[in-house]
Amino acid sequence: MIFVDIKAKYFGATEVLKDVSFELQQGRCLAILGKSGIGKTTLLRLVAGIDTDFEGTIRRPDVMAIVFQEPTLLLWRTALENIRIIHPHLSETIAREMLARVGLKDKVDVYPRQLSLGQQRRLSLARAFAGRPQLLILDEPFASLDTTTANEMIALTKTLVDEVAPATLFVTHDKDETRLLADEILELV
Amino acid sequence: MPLSTPIIRTLSLFLFLIAWFGLAMIADDATVLPSPLALVEPFWTELMSGDLLYHLWRTVMRVIVAFCIALGAGIVIGFLMGTRPKLDRWLDPWLVVFLNLPALVLIVLCYLWIGLNEIAAITAVALNKIPGVASIIREGARALQSDLKSMAIVFRVRPATYLRHFVVPQLAPFIAGASRSGIAVIWKVVLVVEFLGRSNGIGFQVHLYFQLFDVAMVLVYSLSFIIFMLAIEWFLLQPIENKVQAWRHA
Repeated sequence: MIFVDIKAKYFGATEVLKDVSFELQQGRCLAILGKSGIGKTTLLRLVAGIDTDFEGTIRRPDVMAIVFQEPTLLLWRTALENIRIIHPHLSETIAREMLARVGLKDKVDVYPRQLSLGQQRRLSLARAFAGRPQLLILDEPFASLDTTTANEMIALTKTLVDEVAPATLFVTHDKDETRLLADEILELV
Repeated sequence: MPLSTPIIRTLSLFLFLIAWFGLAMIADDATVLPSPLALVEPFWTELMSGDLLYHLWRTVMRVIVAFCIALGAGIVIGFLMGTRPKLDRWLDPWLVVFLNLPALVLIVLCYLWIGLNEIAAITAVALNKIPGVASIIREGARALQSDLKSMAIVFRVRPATYLRHFVVPQLAPFIAGASRSGIAVIWKVVLVVEFLGRSNGIGFQVHLYFQLFDVAMVLVYSLSFIIFMLAIEWFLLQPIENKVQAWRHA
């Protein structure tokens, strides 16, 4: 279970978040909506533990995963290594199976630069689910993809989310994406 | 047809030799500028007597030790400065001072303070290069991708793994650049150090034959060393760099 109770978050003297609190159960997906600049990404960074400078309490599970808008891969390591370096306890077989699940069976020994953007995103998705996270954070993972690729990615994400059943936190601009994935919605105003 | 790089390299060096021959003919005085052919015999004598190899060995050892110290210390200092802005503000003025301290001044001071010994020689060379390495690595450390760091935090990547698979590959081009500019400066400074206060090494031999006004022997010793260092550059440093950078061209 994820418990978030943020009293305030400042950047310098500017208050960017005030009194945000929610709980999220295992297997549930919470979408965070709101205009750009409202502090969605800041909230995600706090929940993920990337930024620890705030007033309030956040309780999160040990095993977490994140998918950013950019694939954020190790460009100097192959697709398989990108999974195994992040999850050293995974066997090579399981890592290969995970790559096959996202349609990268033939790309195991390929460097990320040789993959298309859609394939890089799927690699980043495989990396997130490979560790069977208890908390999954999605920071606009389907933005700037063409409609077909985006729909494939959403469907793939939904399948994997149903299978692994993490608590999912999902930031987006897109109402359609929200309908497809989210159980609950939190709108920042 | 465009010429390939190795052919151009060979032709260029060949032209250099021809120019040397030409100048030697114009000078027409072997005590001022001996022709390349006139160096073959003294070179062979020095090689056979073992003197050339002995002095070359001493210099190469100094270069290697000083290079390792300068690179190691420079990388650590540069990395810390590049990733810790507060420390950077404090150490930056020191870096500027050391970057602008002439090599000769450092060498003389080291000999005066530490004594005319091996430690002073190595210290002087290393101190000359540490600031340069540090400033290059600092740029690399500043350019480390913050999104990869965020990713590592969320996935709880262990510090050793982060260093090896995240930091080192990102710093690799900077480390390679620092190594190459480092070795280029270090082997020249080592000769000055030997010239001023050692009793062996290429620099010492150049000093000796300078006092004897023996241009041919000065050239024999310096050219042997130049050729040795070029060989290191071409057959060791460049291949390593190409291998490390392979993923960029994949």
